Amino acid sequence: MSAVKKIFVVEQLRRVQMSDLLARGTRLDGRGLSDFRELTITTNVIEKAEGSCRVKLGNTELIAGVKVNLGTPFPDTPDKGLLVVSAEVLPLASPYAEPGPPDENTIELARVADRGIRESGMIDVSKLVLVEGKHVYAVFVDVSILNVDGNLFDATSYAVVSSLMTAKIPKYVLDDKGQPSKTDEMVSLPIQTIPVSVTQARIGDHLIVDPTSEEEALMESRITLVSDDKGNLCAGQKGMPGSLTTDQVLQAASTAKLKGEEIRSIIKKAVYNG
Amino acid sequence: MGKQGGDSSSLINEQGIRADGRRIDELRPIKIEVGILKNADGSAFIQFGKNKIMAAVYGPKEVHPKHSALPDRSVLRCRYHMSPFSTEERKNPAPSRREIEISKVTREALEPSLMLEDYPRTAIDVFVEVLQSDGGSRCAGISAASVALADAGINMRDLVSACAAGKVAGQVVLDVDDTEDKEGQADLPIAIMSTSNQVTLLQLDGQLNEEEFNKALSWALSGCKKVYELQREALIGRYFGKNEKVLEVEQ
Repeated sequence: MSAVKKIFVVEQLRRVQMSDLLARGTRLDGRGLSDFRELTITTNVIEKAEGSCRVKLGNTELIAGVKVNLGTPFPDTPDKGLLVVSAEVLPLASPYAEPGPPDENTIELARVADRGIRESGMIDVSKLVLVEGKHVYAVFVDVSILNVDGNLFDATSYAVVSSLMTAKIPKYVLDDKGQPSKTDEMVSLPIQTIPVSVTQARIGDHLIVDPTSEEEALMESRITLVSDDKGNLCAGQKGMPGSLTTDQVLQAASTAKLKGEEIRSIIKKAVYNG
Repeated sequence: MGKQGGDSSSLINEQGIRADGRRIDELRPIKIEVGILKNADGSAFIQFGKNKIMAAVYGPKEVHPKHSALPDRSVLRCRYHMSPFSTEERKNPAPSRREIEISKVTREALEPSLMLEDYPRTAIDVFVEVLQSDGGSRCAGISAASVALADAGINMRDLVSACAAGKVAGQVVLDVDDTEDKEGQADLPIAIMSTSNQVTLLQLDGQLNEEEFNKALSWALSGCKKVYELQREALIGRYFGKNEKVLEVEQ
Protein backbone atom coordinates (compact mmCIF):
# COMPACT_ATOMS: atom_id res chain seq x y z
CA MET A 1 0.00 0.00 0.00
CA SER A 2 1.43 3.30 -0.93
CA ALA A 3 1.00 6.36 1.17
CA VAL A 4 0.68 9.77 -0.40
CA LYS A 5 3.43 10.41 -2.84
CA LYS A 6 4.92 13.82 -2.84
CA ILE A 7 4.96 15.17 -6.33
CA PHE A 8 7.55 17.30 -8.00
CA VAL A 9 5.37 20.04 -9.49
CA VAL A 10 6.00 21.50 -12.92
CA GLU A 11 3.94 24.52 -13.98
CA GLN A 12 1.52 24.19 -16.85
CA LEU A 13 3.44 26.70 -19.02
CA ARG A 14 6.63 24.76 -18.49
CA ARG A 15 4.86 21.54 -19.48
CA VAL A 16 3.66 23.12 -22.70
CA GLN A 17 7.14 24.41 -23.42
CA MET A 18 8.64 20.98 -22.77
CA SER A 19 6.26 19.16 -25.07
CA ASP A 20 6.74 21.79 -27.79
CA LEU A 21 10.48 21.25 -27.57
CA LEU A 22 10.10 17.47 -27.68
CA ALA A 23 8.06 17.76 -30.86
CA ARG A 24 11.05 19.60 -32.34
CA GLY A 25 13.45 16.90 -31.20
CA THR A 26 15.09 18.82 -28.40
CA ARG A 27 14.77 19.42 -24.66
CA LEU A 28 14.90 22.20 -22.08
CA ASP A 29 18.63 21.81 -21.52
CA GLY A 30 19.32 21.67 -25.26
CA ARG A 31 19.89 17.91 -25.42
CA GLY A 32 18.58 15.70 -28.18
CA LEU A 33 16.08 12.98 -27.23
CA SER A 34 18.73 10.28 -26.99
CA ASP A 35 21.51 12.32 -25.36
CA PHE A 36 22.74 11.66 -21.85
CA ARG A 37 23.72 14.48 -19.56
CA GLU A 38 27.41 14.75 -18.73
CA LEU A 39 28.53 11.73 -16.73
CA THR A 40 31.45 12.18 -14.35
CA ILE A 41 32.81 9.31 -12.32
CA THR A 42 35.48 9.84 -9.67
CA THR A 43 36.85 6.62 -8.22
CA ASN A 44 38.37 5.77 -4.84
CA VAL A 45 36.81 8.62 -2.91
CA ILE A 46 36.41 6.72 0.35
CA GLU A 47 39.66 5.22 1.63
CA LYS A 48 38.04 2.90 4.15
CA ALA A 49 35.84 1.25 1.56
CA GLU A 50 37.30 -1.58 -0.54
CA GLY A 51 36.00 0.22 -3.58
CA SER A 52 34.14 3.48 -4.04
CA CYS A 53 33.15 6.14 -6.47
CA ARG A 54 31.24 9.36 -6.79
CA VAL A 55 28.96 9.67 -9.78
CA LYS A 56 27.50 12.85 -11.21
CA LEU A 57 24.95 12.58 -13.97
CA GLY A 58 23.97 16.16 -14.65
CA ASN A 59 22.80 17.36 -11.23
CA THR A 60 22.06 13.87 -9.98
CA GLU A 61 24.83 12.99 -7.58
CA LEU A 62 25.58 9.89 -5.64
CA ILE A 63 28.28 7.97 -3.91
CA ALA A 64 28.82 4.23 -3.74
CA GLY A 65 30.99 2.11 -1.50
CA VAL A 66 31.93 -1.57 -1.57
CA LYS A 67 32.52 -3.42 1.67
CA VAL A 68 33.63 -7.03 1.71
CA ASN A 69 33.74 -9.53 4.51
CA LEU A 70 33.42 -13.25 4.96
CA GLY A 71 29.99 -14.77 5.30
CA THR A 72 28.06 -17.99 5.02
CA PRO A 73 26.44 -18.76 1.66
CA PHE A 74 22.70 -19.20 1.21
CA PRO A 75 21.73 -22.86 1.74
CA ASP A 76 20.50 -23.17 -1.87
CA THR A 77 23.70 -21.74 -3.38
CA PRO A 78 26.54 -23.17 -1.28
CA ASP A 79 28.98 -22.73 -4.19
CA LYS A 80 28.40 -19.00 -4.67
CA GLY A 81 29.58 -15.90 -2.89
CA LEU A 82 27.19 -13.22 -1.72
CA LEU A 83 26.55 -10.03 -3.62
CA VAL A 84 24.15 -7.50 -2.17
CA VAL A 85 23.32 -4.16 -3.75
CA SER A 86 21.31 -1.61 -1.85
CA ALA A 87 20.46 2.03 -2.38
CA GLU A 88 19.14 4.82 -0.23
CA VAL A 89 17.92 8.31 -1.06
CA LEU A 90 19.44 10.33 1.77
CA PRO A 91 17.21 12.95 3.38
CA LEU A 92 19.72 15.61 2.33
CA ALA A 93 19.22 14.70 -1.33
CA SER A 94 15.95 16.44 -2.04
CA PRO A 95 13.14 18.39 -0.37
CA TYR A 96 10.92 15.42 -1.17
CA ALA A 97 13.10 12.83 0.54
CA GLU A 98 12.41 11.90 4.13
CA PRO A 99 14.22 9.77 6.68
CA GLY A 100 12.69 6.47 7.62
CA PRO A 101 12.36 3.00 6.20
CA PRO A 102 12.76 2.80 2.39
CA ASP A 103 9.57 3.40 0.42
CA GLU A 104 8.53 1.34 -2.58
CA ASN A 105 10.39 3.62 -5.02
CA THR A 106 13.66 3.17 -3.19
CA ILE A 107 13.10 -0.57 -2.92
CA GLU A 108 12.43 -0.76 -6.66
CA LEU A 109 15.55 1.31 -7.36
CA ALA A 110 17.79 -0.96 -5.31
CA ARG A 111 16.25 -4.13 -6.68
CA VAL A 112 16.54 -3.04 -10.31
CA ALA A 113 20.19 -2.01 -9.80
CA ASP A 114 20.85 -5.35 -8.10
CA ARG A 115 19.12 -7.24 -10.93
CA GLY A 116 21.33 -5.64 -13.57
CA ILE A 117 24.54 -6.60 -11.77
CA ARG A 118 23.36 -10.08 -10.82
CA GLU A 119 21.76 -11.18 -14.07
CA SER A 120 24.57 -9.87 -16.26
CA GLY A 121 26.96 -12.06 -14.29
CA MET A 122 29.21 -9.02 -13.84
CA ILE A 123 30.84 -10.65 -10.84
CA ASP A 124 31.66 -14.33 -11.09
CA VAL A 125 30.22 -15.26 -7.70
CA SER A 126 31.44 -18.85 -8.04
CA LYS A 127 34.99 -17.48 -7.60
CA LEU A 128 34.06 -15.86 -4.28
CA VAL A 129 34.05 -19.18 -2.43
CA LEU A 130 36.63 -20.17 0.16
CA VAL A 131 35.02 -23.31 1.60
CA GLU A 132 31.91 -24.48 -0.18
CA GLY A 133 28.83 -24.20 2.00
CA LYS A 134 30.79 -22.56 4.79
CA HIS A 135 32.93 -19.57 3.98
CA VAL A 136 32.34 -17.25 1.07
CA TYR A 137 33.12 -13.62 0.35
CA ALA A 138 30.16 -11.34 0.96
CA VAL A 139 30.29 -8.27 -1.26
CA PHE A 140 28.07 -5.38 -0.22
CA VAL A 141 27.57 -2.36 -2.45
CA ASP A 142 25.74 0.52 -0.83
CA VAL A 143 24.68 3.53 -2.83
CA SER A 144 23.80 6.80 -1.14
CA ILE A 145 22.00 9.33 -3.26
CA LEU A 146 23.19 12.83 -2.47
CA ASN A 147 21.26 15.00 -4.89
CA VAL A 148 18.19 14.04 -6.86
CA ASP A 149 17.70 15.31 -10.39
CA GLY A 150 16.18 12.42 -12.23
CA ASN A 151 17.33 9.09 -13.63
CA LEU A 152 18.39 7.57 -10.34
CA PHE A 153 18.14 4.11 -11.93
CA ASP A 154 21.03 4.65 -14.34
CA ALA A 155 23.16 6.74 -12.00
CA THR A 156 22.83 4.07 -9.29
CA SER A 157 23.77 1.33 -11.71
CA TYR A 158 26.86 3.22 -12.93
CA ALA A 159 27.94 3.86 -9.35
CA VAL A 160 27.60 0.19 -8.44
CA VAL A 161 29.45 -0.97 -11.54
CA SER A 162 32.28 1.56 -11.19
CA SER A 163 32.81 0.89 -7.50
CA LEU A 164 32.90 -2.87 -8.07
CA MET A 165 35.43 -2.41 -10.87
CA THR A 166 37.73 -0.34 -8.65
CA ALA A 167 37.37 -2.55 -5.58
CA LYS A 168 40.43 -4.25 -4.14
CA ILE A 169 39.49 -6.81 -1.55
CA PRO A 170 41.67 -8.54 1.04
CA LYS A 171 42.54 -12.09 0.13
CA TYR A 172 41.64 -14.73 2.67
CA VAL A 173 43.46 -18.06 3.02
CA LEU A 174 42.76 -21.12 5.12
CA ASP A 175 45.05 -21.74 8.09
CA ASP A 176 46.17 -25.16 9.40
CA LYS A 177 42.87 -25.67 11.23
CA GLY A 178 40.94 -24.88 8.07
CA GLN A 179 39.84 -21.54 9.42
CA PRO A 180 39.92 -18.55 7.06
CA SER A 181 42.36 -15.80 7.87
CA LYS A 182 42.89 -12.43 6.26
CA THR A 183 46.13 -11.70 4.41
CA ASP A 184 47.65 -8.38 3.40
CA GLU A 185 47.33 -9.21 -0.25
CA MET A 186 44.66 -7.21 -2.07
CA VAL A 187 42.93 -8.61 -5.14
CA SER A 188 40.39 -7.35 -7.66
CA LEU A 189 36.92 -8.84 -7.90
CA PRO A 190 36.34 -11.45 -10.65
CA ILE A 191 34.72 -9.13 -13.22
CA GLN A 192 33.28 -10.78 -16.32
CA THR A 193 31.35 -8.02 -18.04
CA ILE A 194 30.32 -4.39 -17.62
CA PRO A 195 26.53 -4.09 -17.54
CA VAL A 196 25.13 -0.69 -18.49
CA SER A 197 21.65 0.48 -17.62
CA VAL A 198 19.80 2.84 -19.95
CA THR A 199 16.53 4.36 -18.78
CA GLN A 200 14.09 5.98 -21.14
CA ALA A 201 10.99 7.97 -20.31
CA ARG A 202 7.93 8.19 -22.49
CA ILE A 203 6.35 11.63 -22.71
CA GLY A 204 3.50 11.57 -25.22
CA ASP A 205 4.88 9.67 -28.20
CA HIS A 206 8.48 10.53 -27.45
CA LEU A 207 11.05 8.30 -25.80
CA ILE A 208 13.85 10.26 -24.15
CA VAL A 209 16.94 8.92 -22.43
CA ASP A 210 18.27 10.09 -19.09
CA PRO A 211 15.27 12.16 -17.90
CA THR A 212 15.76 14.98 -15.38
CA SER A 213 13.40 15.37 -12.40
CA GLU A 214 11.36 17.85 -14.41
CA GLU A 215 11.05 15.44 -17.31
CA GLU A 216 10.22 12.61 -14.93
CA ALA A 217 7.33 14.68 -13.60
CA LEU A 218 5.89 14.65 -17.11
CA MET A 219 6.64 11.06 -18.08
CA GLU A 220 3.81 8.60 -18.44
CA SER A 221 5.95 5.49 -18.38
CA ARG A 222 9.57 4.56 -17.96
CA ILE A 223 11.63 1.66 -19.20
CA THR A 224 15.02 0.62 -17.87
CA LEU A 225 17.04 -1.92 -19.85
CA VAL A 226 20.47 -3.22 -18.94
CA SER A 227 22.83 -4.58 -21.60
CA ASP A 228 26.18 -6.36 -21.25
CA ASP A 229 29.44 -6.27 -23.24
CA LYS A 230 28.09 -8.59 -25.90
CA GLY A 231 24.95 -6.57 -26.45
CA ASN A 232 22.69 -9.02 -24.62
CA LEU A 233 19.88 -7.52 -22.60
CA CYS A 234 20.14 -8.85 -19.08
CA ALA A 235 17.63 -6.95 -16.96
CA GLY A 236 14.68 -4.71 -17.49
CA GLN A 237 11.90 -2.92 -15.72
CA LYS A 238 8.97 -0.92 -16.94
CA GLY A 239 7.80 1.63 -14.41
CA MET A 240 5.17 4.31 -13.80
CA PRO A 241 1.41 3.96 -14.31
CA GLY A 242 1.48 4.32 -18.08
CA SER A 243 2.01 1.97 -20.98
CA LEU A 244 4.27 1.49 -23.99
CA THR A 245 3.50 0.16 -27.44
CA THR A 246 5.44 -2.92 -28.53
CA ASP A 247 7.24 -0.78 -31.11
CA GLN A 248 8.34 1.57 -28.35
CA VAL A 249 9.65 -1.42 -26.38
CA LEU A 250 11.69 -2.60 -29.36
CA GLN A 251 12.94 0.93 -30.01
CA ALA A 252 13.92 1.23 -26.35
CA ALA A 253 15.83 -2.05 -26.60
CA SER A 254 17.93 -0.92 -29.54
CA THR A 255 18.59 2.51 -28.00
CA ALA A 256 19.63 0.78 -24.77
CA LYS A 257 22.27 -1.23 -26.63
CA LEU A 258 23.54 1.73 -28.61
CA LYS A 259 23.75 4.18 -25.72
CA GLY A 260 25.01 1.38 -23.48
CA GLU A 261 28.20 1.12 -25.50
CA GLU A 262 28.76 4.85 -25.23
CA ILE A 263 28.35 4.84 -21.46
CA ARG A 264 30.46 1.70 -21.10
CA SER A 265 33.44 3.47 -22.64
CA ILE A 266 32.98 6.42 -20.26
CA ILE A 267 32.91 4.05 -17.29
CA LYS A 268 35.99 2.16 -18.51
CA LYS A 269 37.89 5.38 -19.04
CA ALA A 270 36.98 6.71 -15.60
CA VAL A 271 37.88 3.49 -13.83
CA TYR A 272 41.07 2.54 -15.66
CA ASN A 273 42.56 6.02 -16.05
CA GLY A 274 41.09 7.58 -12.92
CA MET B 1 17.50 -14.88 -9.17
CA GLY B 2 20.90 -16.24 -9.94
CA LYS B 3 20.19 -17.57 -13.38
CA GLN B 4 23.70 -18.60 -14.20
CA GLY B 5 24.45 -22.27 -14.18
CA GLY B 6 22.28 -25.10 -13.01
CA ASP B 7 21.94 -28.22 -15.07
CA SER B 8 19.45 -27.14 -17.67
CA SER B 9 19.85 -30.10 -20.04
CA SER B 10 16.93 -31.98 -18.49
CA LEU B 11 14.55 -29.05 -18.89
CA ILE B 12 13.87 -29.64 -22.58
CA ASN B 13 14.34 -33.04 -24.23
CA GLU B 14 15.39 -33.73 -27.84
CA GLN B 15 11.79 -33.71 -29.00
CA GLY B 16 11.42 -30.18 -27.66
CA ILE B 17 9.24 -31.29 -24.77
CA ARG B 18 9.69 -29.61 -21.40
CA ALA B 19 10.02 -31.22 -17.97
CA ASP B 20 6.27 -30.93 -17.33
CA GLY B 21 5.34 -32.26 -20.76
CA ARG B 22 4.66 -28.94 -22.49
CA ARG B 23 5.96 -27.82 -25.86
CA ILE B 24 8.17 -24.76 -25.82
CA ASP B 25 5.34 -22.52 -27.01
CA GLU B 26 2.67 -23.97 -24.77
CA LEU B 27 0.99 -22.37 -21.76
CA ARG B 28 0.27 -24.23 -18.56
CA PRO B 29 -3.41 -25.12 -17.95
CA ILE B 30 -5.29 -22.02 -16.85
CA LYS B 31 -8.59 -21.79 -15.05
CA ILE B 32 -10.24 -18.53 -14.02
CA GLU B 33 -13.25 -18.18 -11.74
CA VAL B 34 -15.05 -14.89 -11.14
CA GLY B 35 -16.88 -13.67 -8.05
CA ILE B 36 -15.55 -16.18 -5.57
CA LEU B 37 -15.53 -13.99 -2.46
CA LYS B 38 -18.82 -12.80 -0.97
CA ASN B 39 -17.57 -9.69 0.82
CA ALA B 40 -15.44 -8.24 -1.93
CA ASP B 41 -16.87 -5.86 -4.51
CA GLY B 42 -15.11 -7.89 -7.13
CA SER B 43 -13.01 -11.05 -6.99
CA ALA B 44 -11.38 -13.73 -9.06
CA PHE B 45 -9.47 -16.94 -8.58
CA ILE B 46 -6.88 -18.08 -11.05
CA GLN B 47 -5.11 -21.38 -11.37
CA PHE B 48 -2.15 -20.97 -13.63
CA GLY B 49 -0.27 -24.25 -13.61
CA LYS B 50 0.25 -24.88 -9.91
CA ASN B 51 -0.25 -21.21 -9.07
CA LYS B 52 -3.39 -20.68 -7.03
CA ILE B 53 -4.09 -17.00 -6.62
CA MET B 54 -7.02 -15.00 -5.31
CA ALA B 55 -7.64 -11.40 -6.17
CA ALA B 56 -10.16 -9.17 -4.44
CA VAL B 57 -11.22 -5.59 -5.09
CA TYR B 58 -12.74 -3.27 -2.53
CA GLY B 59 -13.94 0.09 -3.72
CA PRO B 60 -14.33 2.74 -4.88
CA LYS B 61 -14.49 3.58 -1.20
CA GLU B 62 -13.66 6.33 1.25
CA VAL B 63 -9.93 6.98 1.56
CA HIS B 64 -8.10 6.49 4.83
CA PRO B 65 -5.99 8.37 5.73
CA LYS B 66 -8.05 11.23 4.31
CA HIS B 67 -5.08 13.28 3.14
CA SER B 68 -4.09 10.62 0.62
CA ALA B 69 -7.24 11.24 -1.42
CA LEU B 70 -6.85 12.91 -4.82
CA PRO B 71 -9.30 15.65 -5.90
CA ASP B 72 -9.55 14.54 -9.53
CA ARG B 73 -9.33 10.77 -9.46
CA SER B 74 -9.32 7.62 -7.42
CA VAL B 75 -6.22 6.27 -5.70
CA LEU B 76 -5.40 2.74 -6.79
CA ARG B 77 -3.68 0.68 -4.11
CA CYS B 78 -2.35 -2.83 -4.63
CA ARG B 79 -1.00 -5.43 -2.32
CA TYR B 80 0.65 -8.57 -3.66
CA HIS B 81 1.20 -11.04 -0.87
CA MET B 82 2.36 -14.63 -0.62
CA SER B 83 0.88 -16.88 2.02
CA PRO B 84 3.44 -18.51 4.33
CA PHE B 85 2.43 -21.95 3.02
CA SER B 86 2.60 -21.00 -0.65
CA THR B 87 6.21 -21.98 -1.16
CA GLU B 88 8.55 -24.95 -0.64
CA GLU B 89 10.13 -23.33 2.44
CA ARG B 90 7.79 -21.40 4.74
CA LYS B 91 7.69 -17.78 3.68
CA ASN B 92 7.84 -15.17 6.39
CA PRO B 93 4.39 -13.52 6.25
CA ALA B 94 5.83 -10.00 6.61
CA PRO B 95 5.97 -8.23 3.22
CA SER B 96 9.39 -8.75 1.66
CA ARG B 97 11.17 -6.27 -0.58
CA ARG B 98 10.25 -8.48 -3.52
CA GLU B 99 6.56 -8.30 -2.61
CA ILE B 100 6.72 -4.53 -2.22
CA GLU B 101 8.25 -4.23 -5.68
CA ILE B 102 5.68 -6.60 -7.20
CA SER B 103 2.87 -4.66 -5.51
CA LYS B 104 4.20 -1.54 -7.20
CA VAL B 105 4.55 -3.04 -10.68
CA THR B 106 1.12 -4.68 -10.33
CA ARG B 107 -0.43 -1.31 -9.59
CA GLU B 108 1.39 0.27 -12.51
CA ALA B 109 0.32 -2.57 -14.80
CA LEU B 110 -3.36 -2.19 -13.90
CA GLU B 111 -3.61 1.58 -13.65
CA PRO B 112 -3.49 2.41 -17.40
CA SER B 113 -6.57 0.23 -17.94
CA LEU B 114 -8.74 1.95 -15.34
CA MET B 115 -10.76 5.13 -15.65
CA LEU B 116 -9.74 6.38 -12.23
CA GLU B 117 -10.88 9.90 -13.14
CA ASP B 118 -14.46 8.62 -12.84
CA TYR B 119 -14.09 8.17 -9.08
CA PRO B 120 -12.54 11.31 -7.57
CA ARG B 121 -11.71 11.39 -3.83
CA THR B 122 -11.96 7.62 -3.45
CA ALA B 123 -9.66 4.64 -3.15
CA ILE B 124 -9.74 1.31 -4.93
CA ASP B 125 -7.95 -1.49 -3.11
CA VAL B 126 -6.70 -4.55 -4.96
CA PHE B 127 -5.48 -7.50 -2.93
CA VAL B 128 -3.61 -10.29 -4.64
CA GLU B 129 -3.04 -13.29 -2.39
CA VAL B 130 -0.79 -16.05 -3.67
CA LEU B 131 -2.03 -19.23 -1.98
CA GLN B 132 0.37 -21.45 -3.90
CA SER B 133 3.18 -20.21 -6.08
CA ASP B 134 4.66 -21.88 -9.13
CA GLY B 135 6.62 -19.28 -11.06
CA GLY B 136 4.91 -16.50 -12.94
CA SER B 137 2.77 -15.58 -9.96
CA ARG B 138 3.00 -11.84 -10.67
CA CYS B 139 1.55 -12.39 -14.16
CA ALA B 140 -1.21 -14.67 -12.93
CA GLY B 141 -1.94 -12.22 -10.11
CA ILE B 142 -2.26 -9.29 -12.50
CA SER B 143 -4.56 -11.25 -14.82
CA ALA B 144 -6.75 -12.25 -11.87
CA ALA B 145 -6.76 -8.72 -10.45
CA SER B 146 -7.92 -7.27 -13.77
CA VAL B 147 -10.81 -9.75 -13.87
CA ALA B 148 -11.66 -8.87 -10.26
CA LEU B 149 -11.69 -5.16 -11.18
CA ALA B 150 -14.09 -5.90 -14.03
CA ASP B 151 -16.21 -7.97 -11.63
CA ALA B 152 -16.30 -4.98 -9.27
CA GLY B 153 -17.71 -2.89 -12.09
CA ILE B 154 -14.85 -0.41 -12.15
CA ASN B 155 -14.88 1.52 -15.41
CA MET B 156 -12.07 0.27 -17.57
CA ARG B 157 -10.68 0.68 -21.06
CA ASP B 158 -9.52 -2.88 -21.39
CA LEU B 159 -8.61 -5.99 -19.46
CA VAL B 160 -4.96 -6.40 -18.51
CA SER B 161 -3.59 -9.82 -19.42
CA ALA B 162 -0.18 -11.03 -18.38
CA CYS B 163 2.12 -13.84 -19.34
CA ALA B 164 5.86 -14.47 -19.27
CA ALA B 165 8.28 -15.83 -21.81
CA GLY B 166 11.85 -16.76 -21.09
CA LYS B 167 14.91 -18.71 -22.05
CA VAL B 168 15.44 -22.22 -20.83
CA ALA B 169 18.23 -24.60 -21.91
CA GLY B 170 19.21 -22.10 -24.60
CA GLN B 171 15.75 -21.88 -26.14
CA VAL B 172 13.05 -19.24 -25.96
CA VAL B 173 10.01 -20.70 -24.19
CA LEU B 174 6.53 -19.47 -23.35
CA ASP B 175 5.28 -19.32 -19.77
CA VAL B 176 8.24 -20.14 -17.53
CA ASP B 177 7.34 -22.29 -14.51
CA ASP B 178 9.05 -22.43 -11.13
CA THR B 179 11.80 -24.94 -12.00
CA GLU B 180 12.49 -23.26 -15.32
CA ASP B 181 12.67 -19.87 -13.61
CA LYS B 182 15.26 -21.16 -11.15
CA GLU B 183 17.35 -23.14 -13.64
CA GLY B 184 16.67 -21.17 -16.81
CA GLN B 185 18.58 -18.23 -18.23
CA ALA B 186 15.93 -15.54 -18.53
CA ASP B 187 12.42 -14.56 -17.55
CA LEU B 188 10.46 -11.80 -19.29
CA PRO B 189 7.09 -11.13 -17.65
CA ILE B 190 4.80 -8.97 -19.79
CA ALA B 191 1.32 -7.52 -19.29
CA ILE B 192 -0.68 -5.89 -22.03
CA MET B 193 -4.01 -4.29 -22.75
CA SER B 194 -4.99 -6.62 -25.57
CA THR B 195 -7.19 -4.47 -27.75
CA SER B 196 -4.77 -1.54 -27.87
CA ASN B 197 -1.58 -3.62 -27.70
CA GLN B 198 -0.15 -1.43 -24.97
CA VAL B 199 2.51 -2.94 -22.74
CA THR B 200 1.79 -2.14 -19.09
CA LEU B 201 4.27 -4.45 -17.38
CA LEU B 202 7.69 -5.44 -18.55
CA GLN B 203 10.46 -6.88 -16.45
CA LEU B 204 13.52 -8.82 -17.47
CA ASP B 205 15.64 -11.12 -15.38
CA GLY B 206 18.47 -12.82 -17.22
CA GLN B 207 20.24 -12.63 -20.53
CA LEU B 208 18.67 -12.41 -23.97
CA ASN B 209 20.28 -11.23 -27.19
CA GLU B 210 18.34 -8.96 -29.49
CA GLU B 211 16.84 -11.76 -31.58
CA GLU B 212 15.84 -13.74 -28.48
CA PHE B 213 14.38 -10.64 -26.85
CA ASN B 214 12.20 -9.92 -29.89
CA LYS B 215 11.07 -13.54 -30.08
CA ALA B 216 10.38 -13.78 -26.34
CA LEU B 217 8.45 -10.51 -26.46
CA SER B 218 6.25 -11.66 -29.33
CA TRP B 219 5.64 -15.04 -27.70
CA ALA B 220 4.75 -13.38 -24.40
CA LEU B 221 2.33 -11.12 -26.27
CA SER B 222 0.64 -14.11 -27.89
CA GLY B 223 0.46 -15.75 -24.45
CA CYS B 224 -1.19 -12.61 -23.08
CA LYS B 225 -3.78 -12.78 -25.85
CA LYS B 226 -4.64 -16.37 -24.89
CA VAL B 227 -4.97 -15.31 -21.27
CA TYR B 228 -7.23 -12.48 -22.45
CA GLU B 229 -9.58 -14.94 -24.17
CA LEU B 230 -9.83 -16.94 -20.94
CA GLN B 231 -10.44 -13.82 -18.85
CA ARG B 232 -13.17 -12.78 -21.23
CA GLU B 233 -14.82 -16.19 -21.28
CA ALA B 234 -14.69 -16.36 -17.48
CA LEU B 235 -16.44 -12.99 -17.19
CA ILE B 236 -19.02 -13.91 -19.80
CA GLY B 237 -19.60 -17.21 -17.99
CA ARG B 238 -20.13 -15.38 -14.73
CA TYR B 239 -22.61 -12.84 -16.02
CA PHE B 240 -24.43 -14.75 -18.74
CA GLY B 241 -25.46 -18.03 -17.20
CA LYS B 242 -22.74 -20.57 -16.74
CA ASN B 243 -21.45 -20.48 -13.15
CA GLU B 244 -18.06 -21.84 -13.81
CA LYS B 245 -16.30 -22.85 -16.92
CA VAL B 246 -13.18 -24.90 -17.16
CA LEU B 247 -11.28 -23.72 -20.16
CA GLU B 248 -8.58 -25.69 -21.81
CA VAL B 249 -6.01 -23.64 -23.63
CA GLU B 250 -6.22 -24.23 -27.33
CA GLN B 251 -2.92 -23.94 -29.08
